[in-house]
Amino acid sequence: MTVLVPTSLDAALRALDAAPDAMILAGGTDAMVEINAGHRRPTNVISMNRVAELRSWTYDPVGAMVRIGAGVTYAELMKSPLAELLPALAEAARTVGSPQIRHAGTLGGNLGTCSPAGDGLPVLAALNAVVHLASSAGERSVPVSEFMVGVKRNSRHPNELIAAITLPVLDGWQGYSKIGVRNAMVIALASVCVATDNATSRVSIALGSVGPTIIRCPEAEAFADASVDFAGRCASPDVVSHFGQLAAAASRPIDDHRASADYRRHAIGVMASRLLRRAFPHE
Amino acid sequence: MSDGIGLNEQYTLHVNGEAFSVCDAWLGESLLFVLRERLGLMGSKGACEQGECGSCSVLVAGELVCSCLVLAASATDQPIVTIEGVAPLGSPSDVQQAFVDAGAVQCGFCTPGLIMATHSLLERTASPTESEIREELSGNVCRCTGYGRIIDAVQRVAVNRRSAVQ
Repeated sequence: MTVLVPTSLDAALRALDAAPDAMILAGGTDAMVEINAGHRRPTNVISMNRVAELRSWTYDPVGAMVRIGAGVTYAELMKSPLAELLPALAEAARTVGSPQIRHAGTLGGNLGTCSPAGDGLPVLAALNAVVHLASSAGERSVPVSEFMVGVKRNSRHPNELIAAITLPVLDGWQGYSKIGVRNAMVIALASVCVATDNATSRVSIALGSVGPTIIRCPEAEAFADASVDFAGRCASPDVVSHFGQLAAAASRPIDDHRASADYRRHAIGVMASRLLRRAFPHE
Repeated sequence: MSDGIGLNEQYTLHVNGEAFSVCDAWLGESLLFVLRERLGLMGSKGACEQGECGSCSVLVAGELVCSCLVLAASATDQPIVTIEGVAPLGSPSDVQQAFVDAGAVQCGFCTPGLIMATHSLLERTASPTESEIREELSGNVCRCTGYGRIIDAVQRVAVNRRSAVQ
């Protein structure tokens, strides 16, 4: 077994070219659980936690975009000023595990694992994030909706590393809601991100843990766009309730040891309605 | 090596200000395993091996993490602080003393992790509210105390540090 700890993206990509089967280790919060349990015994590991250029983020105020390096941790996503630029992502980050997990786990790792329960992913989906994949041939950019292809499956090629994620900075309320068995240290049984954009008067909603990948709800979005009052931040109780029903109808949950499909579907409806109400607090 | 470190069988860990050479080890070992089984530092406890319980909490490069989720070989050349590095044997830190004074220790298994998490919490937030304490210590599971006296201990330290400053 070999472990490489590159300190630059170029060095990491060269290491990956030499060993395309290598396990890419980000924060370790998923990978080490599998190694400790003996479920994975990698031959080669490339540890990404010392690649400086992946551990920073930049804000382009003119283009209203934030580019977040794949190695930025959940703890960093919760801090100002990033938390003010991307409030739903900061809320989602705060629900991840515990302080110990948030100091280690990264947004790139969330995408790499690509679990439908990944807390960052509904936010990335609702905001139409773009994933930037680096290889020794250059960079490729993929919409997050195309990056996630199934349960713990993504469209990263073996010679590519997740380098960064770009997200728009929207003028409008956005938030994340998650349900689990307790407040801390819990995997989402169901989760919802709602984002609003005052510039275009559009509402977007994405669901986590209720399908093989994150689910966007075009019917609920079109209904909200047509039914809410952006200028007055108004939505009638009927609109709020129906938005929740449409979101629940778009979910495709399963029964498993954590929760029943019925419970998850119900939770989606409740959370979607609550989030729309927070976005449009007036009746 | 200018562009990174390649490891094979041997690497160095910097724990509590001391350099330790780890030889003939499987490179897939967690930092927790290496601390306990190879370096003889038994203070960090292993329970869940999946980051749920916090008993193995240490500082790596100043950040509170679960050592069971750190690949030991990837932490080479980073400063690591374990419970053994918090204070010299026989002269407890203010946090350790407050846990004793408040009766925040029952079986004691979770205590090293909670001491590490409390030091980390108070570095960042000098006067935490009860809900901040609960959120910041949410990664440390205690099955004995019910947490009341742990929260009391954290608040005692915060109060004592404030009065020491004044």
